[in-house]
Order: sequence, then C-alpha cells, then structure tokens
Amino acid sequence: MIMLTINGTTHGVDIPGDMPLLWALRDVMNMTGTKFGCGRGLCGACTIHIDGQPTRSCITPASAAVGRNIATIEAIGATDAGKKIQSAWLALDVPQCGYCQSGQIMSAAALLSRKPRPGDADIDDAMSGNICRCGTYLRIRAAIKHASGGGEQR
Amino acid sequence: MSLSRREFLKVSAAGAIGGGLLIGFGLPASAKVSDDLTTDAPFAPNAFLRIERSGEVTFVMPVIEMGQGTYTSLPMLIAEELEVDVGKVVIEHSPPDDKVYANPMLGAQITGASTSIRGTYVPLRRAGATARTMLVAAAAQRWNVDPASCTAAEGTVVHAATGRKLGYGSLADAAAMLPVPDEVPLKDPSTFRLIGTPHRRLDTSGKVDGSARYGIDTRLPGMKFALLAQSPTFGGRLLSADDAKAKAVPGVTQVVRLDDAVAVVAIHTWAAKKGLEALAPQWDPGANAKVSTADVVAQLSTASHKAGAIARNDGDALASIGKAAKRIDAVYKQPFLAHAAMEPMNCTVHFTPTSCDIWVGTQVPGFTQTAVMKLTGLQREQVRVHNHLLGGGFGRRLDYDGTVRAVQIARHVEGPLQVIWTREEDIQHDMYRPYYYDRLSAGLDEHGNAFAWWHRITGSSIVARYQPQWIKDGIDPDAVDGSRDQPYGFAHCYVDWVQQEPPGIGTAFWRGVGVTHATFVVESFMDELATAAGKDPLAYRIALLEKNPRAMNVLQVAARNAGWGTPLARGHGRGIALCIGFGSFIAQVVEVAVGKEGEVTPTHIWCAVDCGVQVNPDTIRAQMESGIVFGLSAALYGEITLKDGRVEQTNFGDYRVLRMSETPPIDVDLVKSLEAPGGIGEPGTSCVMPALTNAVFAATGKR
Repeated sequence: MIMLTINGTTHGVDIPGDMPLLWALRDVMNMTGTKFGCGRGLCGACTIHIDGQPTRSCITPASAAVGRNIATIEAIGATDAGKKIQSAWLALDVPQCGYCQSGQIMSAAALLSRKPRPGDADIDDAMSGNICRCGTYLRIRAAIKHASGGGEQR
Repeated sequence: MSLSRREFLKVSAAGAIGGGLLIGFGLPASAKVSDDLTTDAPFAPNAFLRIERSGEVTFVMPVIEMGQGTYTSLPMLIAEELEVDVGKVVIEHSPPDDKVYANPMLGAQITGASTSIRGTYVPLRRAGATARTMLVAAAAQRWNVDPASCTAAEGTVVHAATGRKLGYGSLADAAAMLPVPDEVPLKDPSTFRLIGTPHRRLDTSGKVDGSARYGIDTRLPGMKFALLAQSPTFGGRLLSADDAKAKAVPGVTQVVRLDDAVAVVAIHTWAAKKGLEALAPQWDPGANAKVSTADVVAQLSTASHKAGAIARNDGDALASIGKAAKRIDAVYKQPFLAHAAMEPMNCTVHFTPTSCDIWVGTQVPGFTQTAVMKLTGLQREQVRVHNHLLGGGFGRRLDYDGTVRAVQIARHVEGPLQVIWTREEDIQHDMYRPYYYDRLSAGLDEHGNAFAWWHRITGSSIVARYQPQWIKDGIDPDAVDGSRDQPYGFAHCYVDWVQQEPPGIGTAFWRGVGVTHATFVVESFMDELATAAGKDPLAYRIALLEKNPRAMNVLQVAARNAGWGTPLARGHGRGIALCIGFGSFIAQVVEVAVGKEGEVTPTHIWCAVDCGVQVNPDTIRAQMESGIVFGLSAALYGEITLKDGRVEQTNFGDYRVLRMSETPPIDVDLVKSLEAPGGIGEPGTSCVMPALTNAVFAATGKR
C-alpha cells in the first residue's frame, strides 16, 4: 500500500512502488485527464505537478511521490495560475484535438506560478518539452501571454 | 410497448459519391405515431436533430471531431437554419451507419479528405431548415395564423402581430405530427448570423480540465488492460514466448498468442508492460527479413521506367520536350511517413458470444463495424461501436487495423479489455504514407517559357487496398490527385501512374493525401523551371495561371504580405508555393535562415487562403496553423526508414516533430469569396513543404 496525496486528498493505493504515477492515476484511480503519449518523458502529455514542479508522470515512480503533493489537470483550475491558464485557453480557442492539452496546461500553469510575466524565451524553455501534433504552439504562446496579463490577442 | 421515435426514421438509399446526403426524413403517418407521442419520445425530424419537450436540442454529428473543428462548424450550419443558439445544443457522436450518416462526397460514414463542410454545407442547413419549418407550422396551426406571419429566432416561434411566442420544446409534439416538407427554403447568405462569423469552439471546456473523453479514457467495471507486441518485421510470425515468466509478474492474468502478435493481459497497464518484457517473444522474421529503404527505392526506380496508366495527355509532351530549346529533368523522392497522433493506438472491447462492444475513436465507424462483423461472424446489431473524440487522426484512424487487432485479442479474454499500443508499437506498426518516386521532364522555349510537361508517378496505391471500387479506368484517383489536374497552362501535358507496392509494408492515407504528394512535386519542379529560365518564381507561376484567377490571387496576396522581392540578409531565402486541393486555393511564402552547418530555421510564414464561403473563420486560421506545423515537422524531420525488415524509428526521440521553440510566426490571410466552401484540414500541410524547400534553395542554391 502506497500513500499518495492527489489534489489535496491522501489515498492508500495498492500498487507496486515502481509503477509510474501515470498508470496509478489512469488505471487505478480512474483519473484519465492525465494522458499517455510516449512512455519515455519525450512528449509531455502526462505532465502533472509534484510539489508545484511540472513532472512527467510516465517516468516518475509512485514511490517518489510519497509524502509530496501531486496535482493533476482535474484540479488545476483551483489554483490561481491554473485558472488563468484555463481561461486563456478558452478565450483564444487553443485546443484542437485536445489530447496533449492537459500536459500543456500543467506546464503552462507551473510556468505562470513561477514567473507571472514570462517572456518568449521563458515560454520556449517551459513549453518545448510538450509536443502538440495539431500544431497549436502559436496559440499556446499567445494564451500564456494573455493569462499573464500581457493581453496578447491573436 | 413504445418505440423510440428514432426507430421510425425511414432511410432512403439515395446517392453515392456526389449524391445527396441521406436524411432520414419521413415519419410514418400511422396511429402508432400518436401512441408514441404519449411517451417521452422527442421530436426527431431527421437523423441529425432531436428536440425534447424541455426544449433541449441535440445534434447528432455525422462526422467525428479530431481537432479540425467540425463539432463547432457543423452545428453552426444546423443552428443557422434552425434558429437556435449554437452554444446551447447538445452534441452527440453518430452511431455507425454507412447509409444514414454517409458522407455524400465519399459514399460512406467517413471523416476525411477535408470533406466535412463540403459534404454537409447544404444537407445540414436543410436539416435545420426542415425542423424550423415544421416548428413554425405547428405554432401557426396552434394560433390559427398564416405560417408566413410567424418568425423563428433563438429557439422560439414568434407571431409579431399579436406578440405571441412559443418555445421549440412546447411545439415539439405538435411538429412531430406534421408532414415533413419536401422542399424548404434555405436562408440567403446575406442574412447569415452565424456562418462567416468567428465562433468559439464548442468542445474546448472538456479539453482544458481533463474531462474530455477519448477512446483511451474508456473505463468499465472489471476492465483489464493489454499491451501487445507485433512481429517486428513485416509478415513475420510468433515463434515462442515465455508465458510462465510473464504470468509470474504480479497483476498479469493472461497471455494471448496470435499468429503474428502476442498480448499480455493484466489488471493495469504497468503490469502488462512488465509482463511483456518478461515474455521476451521470439519471431520468425519471414520473407521480408532483409528489406531496407534502399530496396524499396530501387524497386520504385526500376518501376518508374515502365509505361504507366495514362491520367492526362494533352498534345504531345514527350515529342515537344525533345524539340524544346531547353530540357529540364528531375526525380523527386518522398520518404515513408508515420502519423504519430498524440493519442497512441488503442481500442477497448467487450466480447461475448452474442455481442461485441467497441469503444474507440475512429474516422470510419461503419467500416469498423463491418470489419468486426466479418472477423467474428456477429450480426450488425450485435456489434456496437461507441465512437469517441480522436486524439489526432491525420488519416491513421481511417484504418481499423487497431480495432481488428483488439478484437482478435479480446475474444480470448473474459470481460472488457483495453488494448493499448506503446508509442514504439504505434510508430513501428503504423500504416505509412507511401514512399513516392516521381520523374518529371519539361520543355522550355527560347524565352524560358515552359510549354511541355511530362510527369510519371510511381508508388503504392492506398485506394487499391482501401476501396478498390474508387479506381476508375485503371487510375487511382488519390495517386494522381493534384498531378493530373496540376494548374499550370502547358500546351502539352502528360501524366501517368505506375503502381509499385513496397514489400509487406502497409500504406495509408496521411494528412493531405494525394494532394500533399503532388503539391511537393509540382511546386518544386516549377521552381526549378523558373530557375532554369532565370525568372522570378512568383512571376513564372503567374504567367501560367491565366485561366485560374483564384490561384493567381492567393499567390499575389501571400507574396505581397511577405514582402516578396525585398532584399534579405545573407543566408536567408524565401520560397513560394501554390496548392489547389479539396476545393480550396492556398499560397504560402516561407522565409528561412540557413546556418553555416546547413541547419534550416523557418523564420516566418505567410499563408493566403481562398476556401470559398467561410463557415467559422477562426477555425480556418487554426487549421492553416495546424497544417503548416504538421507539414514543417515532416519536411524538416519526418522519415521512416527500414533496415533488416523493420522500422528503425521508435519514439519522438528519433521520429522528431516540431516543438514550440522551433515554430515560426504564421500570418494567415483569409480571402473573401462566395464560391462553394472548400476543405481546410489538409491543404495547409500540402503547401508548406515545397514552400520550405524552395526557400532553402533560394537561400543556398541547393535543393
């Protein structure tokens, strides 16, 4: 039994300690907002926060998160940065297929809470680990600036 | 017993390709219907609409949403004519039905080839107008007034003279009793309140909080998870596997062996993954064990010297080229490409001896159902396909091999099973965009003007495997699309096609289909001809487009926006390309910087689009941005290669795609037009590849 604190609630989860958090969330907790994309930390679709740090859940064993705070897309709207990012995503119609957007939003929310007015280089650094095959990158960039109060419109 | 109103829908069997959409009009005027009205059956005037007594309106989407925006633009078409607020409707995926939900341009229930708006622009408006006409008639009957004196707006019928109003919900029962009109007037475009105005997407909220459900998000009580390994070589067979070791992994419940694949079933994906590692399957590599990319290219090269099936033959191209002042020859090779949609291949199946439920995101629910019936021997009503949002399609989910594979496995498993492909399986067992080999020759007169064009296409025929009846007069329409109808006005023009299949390798449609293949070839060669003539690539194209004002215009708009002809820094270059496809006209200018080591960085892209009537202008912009990024990924990095009979690439580390930091600014200019609407999901991809390589040539003199 592993104790995991997910979105503020602590759960006893019957999983092996080496199970990546991605599968603990999706297959055991039935929290499917966090997505499987590559399984090797290459695409960012599985991004969650551990103690506020954006983390690739597909390569992070559950045992590494014991005693720490896990936040997922399902609850990111409860944070100030997460709410601003979600609103900006809606205002600028960022998602297309939407599959990568959970991860994009988690990376962007972490950036915004760390750096309230990120510049282009900050955005490149924070977001280039998140792949989008629909090519929504330009809107993601604009939406992060929008959320930061930069007010950029497309 | 009361039957649902939907079961009364009559389906006419009109029209295949190019015919009218099959609308299930025609409620039977029997007593049964009035009995039915005492139940909660909603008003369902056709297969696309339901109106409940509560006033709730449901649109059933004949196509699937995979990012292209149809779950907004199609409701806009219905809502425009129905006179409801598009944001208040409920959207439902259509069930599999290749008749009722047939795409009128493709003859079956297919989301693809950028046809959704083109195919439904009139039929869905008619569906909305029909329901609105019946609701107005019901209100007029109740008030005993002339229907012409009533108007509909925002889900309400109004009689202005007396100030009376009735909501659609309270008219639904009465409307359902009325005959369905044969002809309904459609709105004049000048009175459109939705079509042509940017509208927020209706599917965004679930995509920002994790609640949107894709096929891979299916969760059922007692569901197990399977990972599979397929033969690493094409056509190989499973020799052996260590079942005992796999089953020793905690959580693993079963190993399912197939002829050419093996799956490990477990209580979660992680146990399945560890089980698969322990299983260590061994393979008989089969007949294609030694195949390499070089073998495929050599076969194509040899085949390209055979005479092909003639797709176009104006004048006498070959003789004219022989007599020309200058002759230019070129060969273009385009590699295999994977789709690599973000959502890896997956399918959830619950198989019993008398039923098969399938949860998947598919571009072809009807074909999927039929394939599962064939595999299992079950009847149509026993195979239920529950379609989902797609985490990217790009043509991959026009094929149903993943569903067939999942059912093959799930037949041996008790209870529901989710089969997931790892990213490595997804990339190494894709159905690939074919390797294309194109030979071209052209003749130029003494002024450098091209007057004769000869083009031989050599490659795999996807259509021959997929829908062989689409082949007409020995010609695969996809293989020659964009080549046969290349837009430039040469006095002599010859195009033929040679089919040459790669050994054992499945080929499939990929974003932009035949048009993407052809546009690269035609627009690259046009650039080479302009260079040979010592002329400006823009002016050279314009001179050959006399009869095509829409093409000419988009080229001029893109060039003007890009500052075509103004000086650039050393190592920089601009390239231009034209794409006519899917009923749309697109031109792009790409500006690149080429570094000392030859590294190519696109620095800015300008795109001009004339896609006729614009339904949701912001979606058109989004699809151009999307198509361009997809095309840049392929042009800069995309290549699937074969060695020892297997695909060399494995994941996003060695099958690179464009990332945020590499994406240049993209300016999209929408050209106003009243022509019939064209497709926009794909041509952005088709156009950018040659525009990029032409820019590299402009910067470096190398192609």
